[in-house]
Amino acid sequence: MVRRAITVHGVVQGVGFRPFVHAAATARGLAGWVRNRTDGVRIEVEGPEPAVEAFVRALSREAPPAARLNRVEVSEVPPRDERAFHILASDPEAPPRPSVPADLATCPECLAEVASAGERRFRYPFTNCTRCGPRWTLLESLPYDRPRTSMKGFTLCADCEAEYRDVRDRRFHAQPIACPACGPRVSLLAPDGSRLGEDEAALRGAVETVREGGVLALRGLGGFHLLVDATSPEAVTRLRQHKCRPEKPFAVMFPSLQALRSVCEVSPEEAAVLTSASAPILLLRGRAPGGAEVSVAEAVAPGNPWLGALLPYTPLHALLLDAVGRPLVCTSGNLSDEPLCIDTEEALARLHEVADRFLVHDRPIVRPVDDSVARMTPEGLQVLRRARGYAPLPLALPGAPCLLGLGGQLKSTVAVCVGEQVVVSQHLGDLGSLEGARLLERTAEDLLRLLEARPVALACDLHPDYASTRLAERLSGEWGVPLVRVQHHHAHVAACMAEHGLSGPVLGLAWDGAGLGTDGTLWGGEALVVEGAGFRRVAHLRPFSLPGGERALREPRRAALGLLHEVEGAGAAAHLRETFAAQEARVLVTMLERGLQSPRTTSMGRLFDAVAALSGLRARAGFEGQAAMALEYAAGDGEAEPYPLPLREGVPAVADWEPLVRALLSDRERGVPPPLMAARFHTALAVLAESIAVRVGLPRVVLSGGCFQNLRLLRDVQTRLRARGFEVFSPRQYPPNDGGLSLGQVAVAARWCS
Amino acid sequence: LAHGGGGRLMRQLLEDIFLEAFRSPALAERHDGAVVPLGGQRLAFTTDSYVVTPRFFPGGDIGKLAVLGTVNDLAMAGAKPLYLSAGFILEEGLPLDELRRVVASMREAARECGVEIVTGDTKVVDKGKADGLFINTSGVGRVSEGVSVHPRRVRPGDAVLVSGDVGRHGIAVLSVREGLAFETPVESDCASLAPLVAALFEAGVEVHCLRDTTRGGLATALNEIALDAGVGLVVDEPAVPVDESVAGACELLGLDALYVACEGRMVAFVPEPQAERALEALRRHPVGAGAACIGRVTEGPAGMVSLRTRLGGQRLLDLLSGEQLPRIC
Ligand SMILES: [Fe+3]
Ligand SMILES: [Mg+2]
Ligand SMILES: [Zn+2]
Ligand SMILES: [Zn+2]
Repeated sequence: MVRRAITVHGVVQGVGFRPFVHAAATARGLAGWVRNRTDGVRIEVEGPEPAVEAFVRALSREAPPAARLNRVEVSEVPPRDERAFHILASDPEAPPRPSVPADLATCPECLAEVASAGERRFRYPFTNCTRCGPRWTLLESLPYDRPRTSMKGFTLCADCEAEYRDVRDRRFHAQPIACPACGPRVSLLAPDGSRLGEDEAALRGAVETVREGGVLALRGLGGFHLLVDATSPEAVTRLRQHKCRPEKPFAVMFPSLQALRSVCEVSPEEAAVLTSASAPILLLRGRAPGGAEVSVAEAVAPGNPWLGALLPYTPLHALLLDAVGRPLVCTSGNLSDEPLCIDTEEALARLHEVADRFLVHDRPIVRPVDDSVARMTPEGLQVLRRARGYAPLPLALPGAPCLLGLGGQLKSTVAVCVGEQVVVSQHLGDLGSLEGARLLERTAEDLLRLLEARPVALACDLHPDYASTRLAERLSGEWGVPLVRVQHHHAHVAACMAEHGLSGPVLGLAWDGAGLGTDGTLWGGEALVVEGAGFRRVAHLRPFSLPGGERALREPRRAALGLLHEVEGAGAAAHLRETFAAQEARVLVTMLERGLQSPRTTSMGRLFDAVAALSGLRARAGFEGQAAMALEYAAGDGEAEPYPLPLREGVPAVADWEPLVRALLSDRERGVPPPLMAARFHTALAVLAESIAVRVGLPRVVLSGGCFQNLRLLRDVQTRLRARGFEVFSPRQYPPNDGGLSLGQVAVAARWCS
Repeated sequence: LAHGGGGRLMRQLLEDIFLEAFRSPALAERHDGAVVPLGGQRLAFTTDSYVVTPRFFPGGDIGKLAVLGTVNDLAMAGAKPLYLSAGFILEEGLPLDELRRVVASMREAARECGVEIVTGDTKVVDKGKADGLFINTSGVGRVSEGVSVHPRRVRPGDAVLVSGDVGRHGIAVLSVREGLAFETPVESDCASLAPLVAALFEAGVEVHCLRDTTRGGLATALNEIALDAGVGLVVDEPAVPVDESVAGACELLGLDALYVACEGRMVAFVPEPQAERALEALRRHPVGAGAACIGRVTEGPAGMVSLRTRLGGQRLLDLLSGEQLPRIC
């Protein structure tokens, strides 16, 4: 007879972990108890040693899919001669720790129930169990129990109550459980707010709306989405007009994996992600249209070989998609660049001119949570937008004190570190609007309150005009705690290091659009050696000017002009005759000459833009990154002789793109096709990465920044570096783009504090 | 010191150095000019220095600006401008002919505004110690009984009016200084605002606050008022008048016209029900012909100016730290 005390840390509440422990113990004839604590689960088991050992192994091996075990501590305690195994009430003693599960997509059992006539929850849109359903979107405070969720207003009926109390039931302590008798209901509203129907009638009306080409605003799990028939070019175009979003790709929800397979190629790994509890939007290769049973309108993702696809992740979505029988465009319910609407009132006010019908429900949504976006890379999954299904899962940051990181300006997130774990919030979007700035503040307050965190320091970007910086400055003053300003690219590298548990020194290649550098110019093509709380800039792109500053984002041709001006002076405009009117070019060249409104930059993103414009692919861009994407797609997988992009010695070393630009111009003159130019450019960057790594000589290289969302670039760089024996790391669970900044800021601040 | 662009850094400089050192109730009002009691009357008193390059630009020159700027600051305090002083710092080598032209222009501007230049001072400094010519003007004016114009009076629900299209002065000066050949040449909007203010009072409009949209443009003026009044503002982008030539130039330059300086434009905060009457009064005068209602005052969040964009979205029109430093490249 032995007895062991076991503490399990991680995400183990709200995922059916205690019933699993109960089953695992009783199946082996063991006695003891299990109880939830705010920082995890505590177990004591007693029985013959082999059975106890087997039980301990089973904990991590057979845990429910949504559970995440960070640490299992086992210690010996004296046997007490207990006979049975019990589930004890929660122990509220310990301080809250980040153990909140993310929202979970509907499990197969629940889907089956919803689909089978005669079940109590037949066609019930809010069916869930311990293995699935809302979590983060309805949590009000910790520990996670029904009275502290937005389900508190729905009193369980006798049937649900019985399931809730039965340890053998799939719904034992499933906090959001509900049924048609006691749970939330759907209704259909007209844009003026008038009610058009409830329950099945509401659903029917919603189905009709999209089948007839209308725009449906759907109040789903984490907020409103706008849905239209993805097979109808007219419907998609209309949505684009209403949303003022002319070109940026939309995601599409398919009724089933099978329906998706007729439009996109789906590998077994990709299918597993799509049907996982996280169920993100996954970027998939579109199939050639020939022979497809279902066709998605070109307007969904114009000129884009990838399609963002997802499967229904709540019973409501499943019922809707099933009845419509077609794929639906599924985009955030907001006006361009504003946060997601979560309340019906707010949605009616903001979207009444955009949507024809509103399918809503009466379960309060506690915080906006968008769909996550991910893609499969040869190394595994890479999360590009981290929200539903991933947030607020924590990451261990050993030795870190309590901290708050406020992130960047675009794709913003906040990060709270408590108990040596970092919780990065869901993607919040852009901070350029009042609503965006307020959401940032609310989210920071929300996380601090939930986790009872009192930061000893704050972290933000160097840029003085980010809304996040402003908030950080204010809070730092109000709380009287220090503010650590973390350089943008340093944060990019530090985020990836934190994710992989690297301390340093490492070489970080941080290639992105731009962030403010320590010298007041816009950095973006950086090689940094990161160690401790500091970094050293070891190499960067040769600087050039961007005439018109931010305006260059929408006009890659400006980056091209700035680049050429650097090497050709006033003659630059001659190479861009077809993209600029003579008078425009004159003004811009004057601006460049006088340094007027022409910030200096080493931005890799803008180098991509310049090359896209010079190779004739795109002179203007409808959304951020469009030109770089065009270049990536044009390059395809084609092998090509790299353009010369020498690394000039110096401290820091400078990657001189002048020979590259000259070679590109001569290619253009000779009529070389753009895809070949694009491929030569990509290879040149991989060669550059290799030269930098060899020159620096550190064994570990971290790749981060928005440019590494470019799969071809990522692959080329990784391949070359690995061939040279370097160990290469890239962001996986946290985005390489600015969505990862808050994590990096916190990681740097943690070093700074120690 | 990199505080030249107006905006956040300048505001901080004022708070940290000057307000701190010179504490006084009039200064704490944080208006363009002070209103002080003098012998039973209320006197508006203000001063400003002019360092514009180039000294001559389409629609004006440094002399005209030196008079109008101070006259306008008095008008923004709700005063009738009366007397000015003028101080000159001349760099050795400044062509006398230029000085004559500037002074003539000042005389002309003073005549038009109905103010008298009653005292002055001149210093000559060695070459290299100044940039040609600096002018300082101070001015006094009388504030009529019952008139009380300052940020504290701004109330949620007030209408926000602008007296004409914005951004012309900044673009005009820039195009001459930098030799930018825009398709349509832009002329400065520099003008006296005193007649517009008088027109508002004559029409019986209960003016809560006035602010000329000089350095940092309309956006900065609105932010300052929002901060000082502790209110929020919502501005309708399509309603803000911007001349096509200015819009075109801004497009090329990558500037936001709402942040570009004017020298003959103001914002007025008036009770909503009086907005139409106020607009009519403004529009009767040539300088106010393009007046428009561009937004309204909200309860909060305090100090936040939100712009409803042409695309139907919304964006924060915030007080920038200095130059328009790209955020989202
Ligand atoms: Fe970045
Ligand atoms: Mg002034
Ligand atoms: Zn389930
Ligand atoms: Zn029930």
